[in-house]
Amino acid sequence: MSNVPAELKYTKSHEWVAVDGDSVTIGISDHAQDLLGDMVFIELPEVGTTFSAGDECAVVESVKAASDVYSPVAGEVTEVNENLVDSPETVNSDPYQAGWLFKMKLADAGQLDGLLDADAYSGVAADDAH
Amino acid sequence: MPFVPHTEDDIRAMLDAIGVDEIDALFDEIPANLRHDKGDTPPLQSVPQGLAEFDVACILHERAQQDGTPSCFIGAGAYEHHIPAAVWEITTRGEFYSAYTPYQAEASQGTLQLLYEFQTMMASLTGMDVSNASLYDGASGLAEAVLMAVRANRKSKSRRILVPRTTHPYYRKTADTIVKNQGITLEELDYDRDGGHIDPASLPEEPGDFAALVIPYPNFFGVLEDVDALTDWAHSHGALVIAVVNPLALALLKSPGQWGTDGADIVCGEGQPLGVPMASGGPFYGLMCCKQAFVRQMPGRIVGRTVDLDGKPGYTLTLQAREQHIRRSKATSNICTNQGLMVTASTIHMALLGAEGLKRVAAQSHANKQALLERLTSIDGVQAGFNRPSFHEAVVQLELPTEDVLRALAAHNILGGYSLAEDYPELGNAILVCATETKSGANIDAYAEALQRIFDNAEVG
Repeated sequence: MSNVPAELKYTKSHEWVAVDGDSVTIGISDHAQDLLGDMVFIELPEVGTTFSAGDECAVVESVKAASDVYSPVAGEVTEVNENLVDSPETVNSDPYQAGWLFKMKLADAGQLDGLLDADAYSGVAADDAH
Repeated sequence: MPFVPHTEDDIRAMLDAIGVDEIDALFDEIPANLRHDKGDTPPLQSVPQGLAEFDVACILHERAQQDGTPSCFIGAGAYEHHIPAAVWEITTRGEFYSAYTPYQAEASQGTLQLLYEFQTMMASLTGMDVSNASLYDGASGLAEAVLMAVRANRKSKSRRILVPRTTHPYYRKTADTIVKNQGITLEELDYDRDGGHIDPASLPEEPGDFAALVIPYPNFFGVLEDVDALTDWAHSHGALVIAVVNPLALALLKSPGQWGTDGADIVCGEGQPLGVPMASGGPFYGLMCCKQAFVRQMPGRIVGRTVDLDGKPGYTLTLQAREQHIRRSKATSNICTNQGLMVTASTIHMALLGAEGLKRVAAQSHANKQALLERLTSIDGVQAGFNRPSFHEAVVQLELPTEDVLRALAAHNILGGYSLAEDYPELGNAILVCATETKSGANIDAYAEALQRIFDNAEVG
């Protein structure tokens, strides 16, 4: 069973969101990194770009596939995890801490209510595994 | 797992969604007389019965003779060069004889190594970090480069590309056909009438947001653009630079990687001058190279060199996550290339000539063009079209209608050049002439003498 920290919020498309005031940090779940396999390249958004919820905002490329990452909420990118340029495998080894992808300034805090909690996401991930 | 096709219900649902009664109705736009025998529609009537091999050989032989053996001074995108006999002798060996880049890739180490060598040669000629294993041809290569530039330019969200009118007219049309339905616009830049080039001083100070500038080198007129100034101008406006090159010319000229302060970003072009016969226009192949930073946006296959478990060198397709078999609808392109055989010939051609040989071919072509231009422009009524340096092609202005002159030359078994009347009417009676290393002094003399007689007779008449 993959790791699903209780303090985070999630999407059905396997992104996680950590909320800190009006700043959110976004990454992909342990379940997602496990499905994709060894990461070889992470394409990050440009700082200053604005996204709506559901927009394609990054690409994670593993030895098996390249997958789009969708913005869980609307906002403006304030910071990206530059360490992933040289060490994409961090997303595999530490998806919830050192493997974060980017940070955003939240446009509408209300959108957070539409995200899944850890229990609901565990259900999604479990369905996926069958 | 069994292959499960669409069920009747699936098909019904899809037809309903687009408002069509039956599958056959999807083919209604094809005239009935062109459709094969099906139900009450008539069979194809214009397709004759089969012929015996001998009869086919006779017909083809007869038609080949109709081409004759003219002395060809037409370039305009396809160039006559000497191809050593060994090139196609080796290319058509069983080990190489396939049109495709490999699907069961790693089983084909020889083919992979050849493609890897090809990429190395292309990267070296263009001064770029990486090359792919080829595209269809030069014209569609420009379209791929435009699509790639729009994806790769993350500073600009623009879908506007600046394309000089000195870019091959067919390339511009082809690129426009491919990219316009994706909302990408190609905006023309006009050229300087004296130089036949894009004058950097004429570039707009406020060009607005654009994703890339195309720089043809040499341009369609054979003229050498001011590549350093153009490259720096594009970069200073946040745009990428797409170089459209004749790879043979790069054996002699500054490679796109060296243009301006930072070099071109994407290089595409037609590979035909490197060992592929003109063959009435194809098959040819396209080349594409780029800076390392853009490799994940590059279309096509890329071969990499690696080591196996025992540390022995081996070759493999790499960065495949860009491609359609993995990335599906999000792939950079649906191209895999089926120009593998042309690339094989090109690689062998370049290997046989070597860097020095390529340079000599390019230099001799340039020298022959200079000699041709001097001879032709010494005739009363013939002037050089432009005053800028050119590679192995040049524009000449005639004081007689171009079609008449070209027809009269053809009667002397000379293909005298490419008429610019249709694509560049503002140039008047202008033709584009080309001399490669295959056009010796005697060929040039024969052309000049024939043209002199045409003008003499015209004056008498």
